[in-house]
Amino acid sequence: MFANTDLQHLLFGRLSLEDIPYHEPILQVTFAGVAVAGIAVLAAITYFRFWGPLWRDWVTSVDHKKIGIMYVVLALVMLLRGFADALMMRSQQAIAFGANEGYLPPHHYDQIFTAHGVIMIFFVAMPFVTGLMNYVVPLQIGARDVAFPFLNNFSFWMTVSGAVTVMLSLFIGEFARTGWLAYPPLSGADMSPGVGVDYYIWGLQIAGIGTTLSGINLIATIVKMRAPGMSMMKLPIFTWTSLCTNVLIVAAFPILGAVLALLTLDRYVGTHFFTNDLGGNPMMYFNLIWIWGHPEVYILILPAFGVFSEVTSAFCGKRLFGYTSMVYATIVITILSYLVWLHHFFTMGSGASVNSFFGITTMIISIPTGAKIFNWLFTMYRGRIRFDVPMLWTVSFMVTFVIGGMTGVLLAVPPADFVLHNSLFLIAHFHNVIIGGVLFGMFAGVNYWFPKAFGFKLDPFWGKVSFWFWTIGFYVAFMPLYVLGLMGVTRRVQHFDDPSLQIWFVIAAIGVGLIALGIGAMIVQFAVSIKNREALRDVTGDPWGGRTLEWSTSSPPPDYNFAFTPVVHDLDAWWQMKSRGFQRPLQGYKPIHMPKNTATGVILGVLGIAFSFAMIWYIWWLAALTFVATLVVAIGHTFNYNRDFYIPADTVSRTEQERTRALAAVRA
Amino acid sequence: MTADRSLRAPAGAGSARRILRGLVLLPLFGLLAGCNLVVMQPSGDIAVQQRNLVLASTGLMLLIIIPVIVLTLLFAWRYRASNTAARHDPDWDHSTALEVVIWTAPLLIIIALGALTWISTHTLDPFRPLSRIEPGKPVAAEVKPLEVQVVALDWKWLFFYPEYNIATVNELAAPVNRPIAFKLTASSVMNAFYVPALAGMIYAMPGMQTQLHAVINRPGEYDGLASQYSGSGFSHMTFKFHGLEGDGFDRWVAKVKQQGSDLSRDAYLQLERPSERVAVTYYSSFSDGLFDKIVGMCAVPGKMCMSEMMAIDAKGGAGKESHENAGRLQYDNRHTERGDEPPGATTPASHRAPKSEAPDADKTHEGSGQGRAAPDQTNN
Amino acid sequence: MTQASTADVPNFLDLEGEHHPEGSTMLGFWIYLMSDCLIFAVLFATYAVLGRSYAAGPSPKDLFDLPIVAVNTSMLLFSSITYGFAMLEMEKGDLSKTQLWLAVTGLFGAAFVGLELWEFSHLIHEGATPQRSGFLSAFFTLVGTHGLHVTFGLIWLVTLMVQTRLRGLVPENKRRLMCLSMFWHFLDVIWIGVFTFVYLMGVLQ
Repeated sequence: MFANTDLQHLLFGRLSLEDIPYHEPILQVTFAGVAVAGIAVLAAITYFRFWGPLWRDWVTSVDHKKIGIMYVVLALVMLLRGFADALMMRSQQAIAFGANEGYLPPHHYDQIFTAHGVIMIFFVAMPFVTGLMNYVVPLQIGARDVAFPFLNNFSFWMTVSGAVTVMLSLFIGEFARTGWLAYPPLSGADMSPGVGVDYYIWGLQIAGIGTTLSGINLIATIVKMRAPGMSMMKLPIFTWTSLCTNVLIVAAFPILGAVLALLTLDRYVGTHFFTNDLGGNPMMYFNLIWIWGHPEVYILILPAFGVFSEVTSAFCGKRLFGYTSMVYATIVITILSYLVWLHHFFTMGSGASVNSFFGITTMIISIPTGAKIFNWLFTMYRGRIRFDVPMLWTVSFMVTFVIGGMTGVLLAVPPADFVLHNSLFLIAHFHNVIIGGVLFGMFAGVNYWFPKAFGFKLDPFWGKVSFWFWTIGFYVAFMPLYVLGLMGVTRRVQHFDDPSLQIWFVIAAIGVGLIALGIGAMIVQFAVSIKNREALRDVTGDPWGGRTLEWSTSSPPPDYNFAFTPVVHDLDAWWQMKSRGFQRPLQGYKPIHMPKNTATGVILGVLGIAFSFAMIWYIWWLAALTFVATLVVAIGHTFNYNRDFYIPADTVSRTEQERTRALAAVRA
Repeated sequence: MTADRSLRAPAGAGSARRILRGLVLLPLFGLLAGCNLVVMQPSGDIAVQQRNLVLASTGLMLLIIIPVIVLTLLFAWRYRASNTAARHDPDWDHSTALEVVIWTAPLLIIIALGALTWISTHTLDPFRPLSRIEPGKPVAAEVKPLEVQVVALDWKWLFFYPEYNIATVNELAAPVNRPIAFKLTASSVMNAFYVPALAGMIYAMPGMQTQLHAVINRPGEYDGLASQYSGSGFSHMTFKFHGLEGDGFDRWVAKVKQQGSDLSRDAYLQLERPSERVAVTYYSSFSDGLFDKIVGMCAVPGKMCMSEMMAIDAKGGAGKESHENAGRLQYDNRHTERGDEPPGATTPASHRAPKSEAPDADKTHEGSGQGRAAPDQTNN
Repeated sequence: MTQASTADVPNFLDLEGEHHPEGSTMLGFWIYLMSDCLIFAVLFATYAVLGRSYAAGPSPKDLFDLPIVAVNTSMLLFSSITYGFAMLEMEKGDLSKTQLWLAVTGLFGAAFVGLELWEFSHLIHEGATPQRSGFLSAFFTLVGTHGLHVTFGLIWLVTLMVQTRLRGLVPENKRRLMCLSMFWHFLDVIWIGVFTFVYLMGVLQ
């Protein structure tokens, strides 16, 4: 292309046209699909004249509700990508036996399982959890926003920036082929030259900054912004689990950032942290990454536990059984999650005493977790259970999760782990807890809080269809993996020689097909619900007979959440208000102090993408330019002192009167 | 298979629907019976003990798991909203007695499991020499274990038998009922050595040596595999492990001696280069101390061994005037130096079009073997 | 529990709008510092693991020049004291004296960074590069990360000097000066760890 290769190197680093996989049919189809969908979305936005509102009300919004919704949308979009990877892996393993090599060469297959893990954890589960916490926590504690609204917007765009960086590897270059934790020495500069691991590093580093900041934000919010009267032991249980999750985030993600930075230095500067030679120590990476990695598991599951607690007590029409023990169980899990990391590599040959120490601490975590399960059980006891979709997910979770928990404790016994580690049994285990725990929890949460966010319920029929396909699909997909694990089959294998294994992989592939139908049903559920939104409308703001403060305001809540700050006297604050004959005041509104929207977050996000792209492809001038630009924009932002405004009392009054009329219309 | 039986137990009693479900599950159990659950039916004493531990722990946990699942479904059914006969107690949220039970019951099980873990982790520590061959058959004092030195290469297994001065690639053999002492290392990236029928896995790591002690009790041909992902050729990094009876092992050794060639240092360095689906190869002899050199990352002539480096470091380093040592210790860069594609290479450093398997003709011609990887990845 | 004996309905809303959440900036910034502290914890741990992997190369005894490091340390300690003076002046509301002390702090900080850069270039010139050994990788990264923090602190300091000049000691600026103060002292504490753990223990072992 360029006569002068030096000039090309200067301008484009190591990027050239050959790095675009235009000859790969899978990528052609994907690219075509993405392009068509993308153009359709852009055209729709233009047609409906949505650009202005999109920019004003969403992209630059510092409203925790909008940001929470955007996080969940990001999670759902990335779920499709991560699931496409899963489909490809399952179909490859179902056919690649003997003479049939399947359709994915190892070089491509290895990228797919790496991307699947990375995307599902960092860009599906994490945004899901963060999104729900963002949306619900301020409402549950009677606050008008989070402690640092701008930071919240910035955190979100950092997460998007990381996701975009990882997605870019689909069409420009390649992704890492190291497995989702990129263990060195395999991920080092010498063993994995090329852009794959660099995409991984920068994608996670940028998203990780966003996650850490969002954790700081939510801790400050929960500690400082609770409604008057809401002591720590009157905190709704979802907020409690969110608090613990964010403590874990702040105490774990900097470690991820640091360890990725060290790997970055190894790859870019040639240092010797994790190399085999010149004094490096790859085992240190295993330890450091899992000191982040294990708490990460609880970062994901604790909010799900919170959702199940809220859902159980709401749909059983009953106070949550054992609130105090639930809170202490959460705290114990939070602390213990730092003392178990070594169980991810018992097979590295640490001594027996070290292994058994970490094995036993791992088992101890099952005690508070077990107590939680019993608490939900006894909340159901003498309840009056309405099996709406969120409750269905909860019951399915309770049955599924205990199985996953059991296999997890089994893996915590070091000698048992020696025969099951890295096997498909392990894969089945962690999907058992992540799908059966985290994902089911998030689906329960979405179905539960959707009417709060949009003012109408999700269609229950398609919700139930989706639920059954997911639940049955999960068992069909992952029970065979337990069996295969016991047959001594390891993970990440692209082709098999033993034909007797095939039937199990075929069953698993059918299971994934069922899950695909579950995802499809979920999309239909959203579409049908939006179409029938008038029939599904809830004007009361409290469609489920809720117990906590978020149900006391309208659906969707006004920008300011609460016209008057609630005063809390009981754990189930809204339940108490309802049962004590609380009347909404109809006048006396005051101006409300609110933060202003800002575009700085999204600008920094775009700069983040450009910077990481430049670093990945060694385009040094662009890296320097975007780095300086980032600094300038960030500093420039601090020169803006005009960051807040007052919603006039008139506006508040008008909004509230509208609600009064709507409520009166329902009652009439 | 006790786990399956106990799970099936409640299916027998109850409504027609449950029986129907049992019928649906039956073919599954047929499938299970037909396949080789090697982890559940191993042939070596260590793996048998590990299997027993799996079953014992599962049994212990089922004591609490089954009641929880049954109660969940029972409560969900009994307290459904449409069943107005069931008692509704909306403010009942505490019972000290129940709280005590729900914390102590798991605690007791974990205490039992913890004790089991502590003891079994010590007795089944892979670094610990065997004390018995089978239940009731202790290892006699005069028995010397068979030492096998294992090297995980890209992507094949190299086994040294120092006692017999032979070596093999992708084939492992041992006499039945004689303890085996494995010493393991790897050449470039981490891997794990796993023969499910024999014993649990252990990592094989470059520059380091791990150990595994095991014994095979029944003759037969067993699968061995790599169980830690290690790059492109990982899927086919498998081998057969032969448990040989009587003079079978001696005959096998003789066969290797007869059919094999010499594994010199040069031959090793050639063997070490990445290759996939490598056929079984025999070596009738090997260069003296080769395994220790591999562990020390100094099989390449002129390199400094780890042991030497560590001895220097223990004395406080070699001072400022030690620049030549750096070159002698460089190890990880040899894929690129030899022009081999490194195990995890991606575009633009791999010689292939993105996401495809076929080597890309466009890219290989210019670098001719040395590869474009070298200039691109040089540290700035 | 909800059916309390008293008949009157409790006050469920704060109708007067008296509830003003306390400022959470200090708490938030403190949590951020703790997360930063964890990054340093990782780097210290890494140094503890790799600190003696000289790769048959130079060791701390061969490389470190304690007197220079001592001078450097005193620069940073002095800068903390002068920052303290700046904060005292800020409390008094004296803008020009605050700025003066901030400038002094900045000079001390710049001297610290300058000396550190000189030390680094000296080491690299001697062949003791970050690529030489695990020990040197860990050393350069730990000390360099601290130095980078100080550099960002300096940029922030200059920014705040401009902002206080433009707007005076308004509450926002006071809050920012407080944050930077915490940051600056935090870096001091980290440096004491670096000085003890890396330099003193390295040379005196």
